[in-house]
Amino acid sequence: MARKPPEPVQDVKKRRDAALSALVGGVPYIKFLGIEFDRRGDELTALLPFDEKLIGNPFLPAIHGGVTAAFLEVSAIIELSWSLLWEDIESGVISLEDLQAGTLPRLPKTIDFTVDYMRSGLPRDAYARARVTRAGRRYASVQVEAWQDNHDRPIAHGTAHFLMPRRDRV
Amino acid sequence: MSERKAEFAKQFINAIPHASALGMELTQIGEGKAEISMPYDTKLVGDPKTGVIHGGAVSALMDTCGGAAVMSHPEAPAGTATIDLRIDYMRPATPGHSIRAQAECHHITRSVAFVRAVALDEDDDNPVAMATGTFTVEGR
Repeated sequence: MARKPPEPVQDVKKRRDAALSALVGGVPYIKFLGIEFDRRGDELTALLPFDEKLIGNPFLPAIHGGVTAAFLEVSAIIELSWSLLWEDIESGVISLEDLQAGTLPRLPKTIDFTVDYMRSGLPRDAYARARVTRAGRRYASVQVEAWQDNHDRPIAHGTAHFLMPRRDRV
Repeated sequence: MSERKAEFAKQFINAIPHASALGMELTQIGEGKAEISMPYDTKLVGDPKTGVIHGGAVSALMDTCGGAAVMSHPEAPAGTATIDLRIDYMRPATPGHSIRAQAECHHITRSVAFVRAVALDEDDDNPVAMATGTFTVEGR
């Protein structure tokens, strides 16, 4: 029995990167804050490059607590959407052409979001990683953490609950 | 509290780069209460299919408004920082309308200020979001 040859690595990467950029690039608010996503396999790290307009306390100075909250929330919602999209991309339910034409599944809706501030955000780049702790048919829970220079000294962490998009209308 | 403190809080809000980036305007302040308005802007959209403002922008608005309420409290001597903030999103904000946050510092101790806040659009009877937060009391 002949085994199917493995898919060329550049094709795999192209498809996954296109899916991620279609997901992230479509959201104006992500662009407004300047958030980027770094992908390693299915693992995402969100990056928030420092910018003057993110300052909340000009005297310290420190990043606005609302920016930190928004960064966590964006990271959480993208991680959850990405985990849903990943299966459809890998199984071929959604093709590269669909994505480039702007056909994306609906985004999950935030039900609630709780953020704990551990340290003030310094005027430098911040990073975040989110983990889907439960993904049901209707509801999902996501935990997310943000840090700056030192991963062991997080600046904030958050817990979010989402209403899942209906799967019957992609 | 005083006019002087209200004036200070107003200037402080206006001096926050991120608050001005979001177009926030402090419409009321004093005695532990604050109201801040944020105009609708397409750059703040979170879901391109519906045009609804991203929850993150609403969080930033609630956080700013909560902090302003704390600073305007008669017993709060100076600055404040958010300890934690929980936001419940009841419904999407109507696209095209500005969002107003109203926050109240309902209790304050020597070190902690407790805040409740609500976010409204054009429909005053159906809040978009509600928030509960705790803030530090600095400079004492």
